[in-house]
Amino acid sequence: MNRIVELFRNKSEQILNIYFTAGFPTLENTVPVLEALSEAGVDLIEIGMPYSDPVADGETIQQSNQKALENGISIKRLFEQLSGIREKVKVPILLMGYLNPVVQFGVEDFCRRCAEVGIDGLILPDLPVDVYKEEYKGIFDRYGILNIFLITPQTIESRIRKIDEVSDGFIYMVSSASTTGSQKGITDEMKAYFSRIKEMNLRNPRLIGFGIKDYETFHTACAYANGAIVGSAFVRLLEQNQENQRAAILNYVSSLRHSHQVEKIFSNLSA
Amino acid sequence: METTELKSAFQVDERGYYGTFGGAFIPEMLYPNVEELRRNYLDIIADPAFQREFRDLLTDYVGRPTPLFHARRLSDTYQTTIYLKREDLCHTGAHKVNNTIGQILVAKRLGKQRIVAETGAGQHGVATATVCALMGLECIVYMGKIDMERQKPNVDRMHMLGAKVVPATSGSQTLKDATNEAMRHWINNPVDTHYIIGSVVGPHPYPDMVARFQSVISEEVKKQLLEKTGRSTPDYIIACVGGGSNAAGAFYHYLDEPTVRLVAAEAAGQGLTSGHSAATTALGKPGILHGSRTILMQTEDGQVVEPYSISAGLDYPGIGPLHAHLYSSGRGRFFSITDQEAVEAAFELSRLEGIIPALESSHALACLPKLKAASDEVIVICLSGRGDKDLAAYTAYLDK
Ligand SMILES: Cc1ncc(COP(=O)(O)O)c(C=O)c1O
Repeated sequence: MNRIVELFRNKSEQILNIYFTAGFPTLENTVPVLEALSEAGVDLIEIGMPYSDPVADGETIQQSNQKALENGISIKRLFEQLSGIREKVKVPILLMGYLNPVVQFGVEDFCRRCAEVGIDGLILPDLPVDVYKEEYKGIFDRYGILNIFLITPQTIESRIRKIDEVSDGFIYMVSSASTTGSQKGITDEMKAYFSRIKEMNLRNPRLIGFGIKDYETFHTACAYANGAIVGSAFVRLLEQNQENQRAAILNYVSSLRHSHQVEKIFSNLSA
Repeated sequence: METTELKSAFQVDERGYYGTFGGAFIPEMLYPNVEELRRNYLDIIADPAFQREFRDLLTDYVGRPTPLFHARRLSDTYQTTIYLKREDLCHTGAHKVNNTIGQILVAKRLGKQRIVAETGAGQHGVATATVCALMGLECIVYMGKIDMERQKPNVDRMHMLGAKVVPATSGSQTLKDATNEAMRHWINNPVDTHYIIGSVVGPHPYPDMVARFQSVISEEVKKQLLEKTGRSTPDYIIACVGGGSNAAGAFYHYLDEPTVRLVAAEAAGQGLTSGHSAATTALGKPGILHGSRTILMQTEDGQVVEPYSISAGLDYPGIGPLHAHLYSSGRGRFFSITDQEAVEAAFELSRLEGIIPALESSHALACLPKLKAASDEVIVICLSGRGDKDLAAYTAYLDK
């Protein structure tokens, strides 16, 4: 069974999905981050495939993409890094990126490599629903790869229903009209949108992303959905903790889950 | 602009494609905006009140029709008959304003309060700032940091017109990056903002909408050529292609006239093999750029290549989907023009006809020696803009 499907079958709340950029801050950092996240007990991992023109991303992820490309990452190299990963990491893994590099790699070859290394799903924000249905779904299905779609506060109900219909795995709820790394926090307006979607009783579970960064935002999001996704905040953490990366990751993930960790960090800071 | 629906292999289909190119490859964050535009643009444009307002502004504000000028000394030099479509005489100095007038009227009818735009040479930025001032709308223009330096007169004009110019500092800091930033701005301001794209690029319906607004160019050429020569079709029509809006407008009413050869000039920069080029069809492959399936310059790994051209308006790694289709189907013929060839053509036109062309338009002029037209053939060149903004680049070249 697909690991994402299995995850949601066994767990329906407080699901923590962490995004990081492959090959960042150093080329060979992909596997160490995966291992530390697995050790830290995250539920899902999303690996960003760097792209030269990531239009849906804010500055933090843009810059990490740029750096990773300068480091020499490519999709081919990423698959090499990921080969054998399933011996060590059991957590479901998604690849997130833009359509053009996937098209150049060849959609069929891409899915085959995903299946070989143990990738469970893809997030390709610029792949339109209709093109997916007509041209891609057959290939994705053949290799057991799920495609995750986004919805936003502006997505109208009929379209959400249509997306729910073609989705398997989960629906990615973008928290506000924003690129990644929004600093807006979680406003009442967002909560009203979260409630509205919750009450739609969709077929698929929902994870909330964009602007999730700490215990408070994670748990607020979890009150309205099955879990949440942390991206830019984690990328910043990687950038700032290159020396003691593993410990920083364990500590951060724990701080997202448990409020006492936050207190501990704060008391450390004030000490 | 004729709004009658031409059923043609070169017009966009119902799904937003030109052959296999086009579509709307956009993140969900942009979907509601683009969909709102897609659902409404044809009805808005077809509305007689819209047509009247658009036509009146083109006449009284832009100064249309622009002349079709028989360039006699240039014709003698190339032993053929050459007409220049004088888009350089449009208000603000280039064809770009045809599109911004159309789009600002669309934006107003959609109830938008703010306009965001990208610009390369600054001509589209100026044309956008101009119509925003005219209509009293807030205007934000993203411009590559490098382009802000090399097209400073246009930055000053935008400021004077009351626009906010934001430097795009990512990537190559040119038009591609300004477009990324404008798209991000739109993602962050989805409800009250309209994005005025400056060329026939981007997701459907932009390429079609912009082509329709620019189609006034060939609509006028047809009439003017008939008056001057007794025939409405030239043998060649030449235009430069950055994203391809002046070319789309110049080709539009000739797309289905197979006797008219459509010639596109793209920027080869320092040469096709120099690694500093923007010649998209010569160096690119099909893929996805700025929401459209088109031809773009990219690496093996599908990363977009940072282009180079002396001309900021042609310094773009893609072309609009219509042009990708014209190229792939063989309907259009594409020439790669180097910086040097373009500058030489600019001096030639200046000295022969007393017209200083924009660097972009000079690329179209530089096709003349390559075309080898016969003496009884008629060539129309779309002179997309004037060269005032490029004087620094031209004089620097003279000094070399
Ligand atoms: C004078 C002029 N011509 C041509 C272009 C290229 O744009 P397009 O290919 O859309 O006509 C520009 C762009 O800035 C321009 O300023």
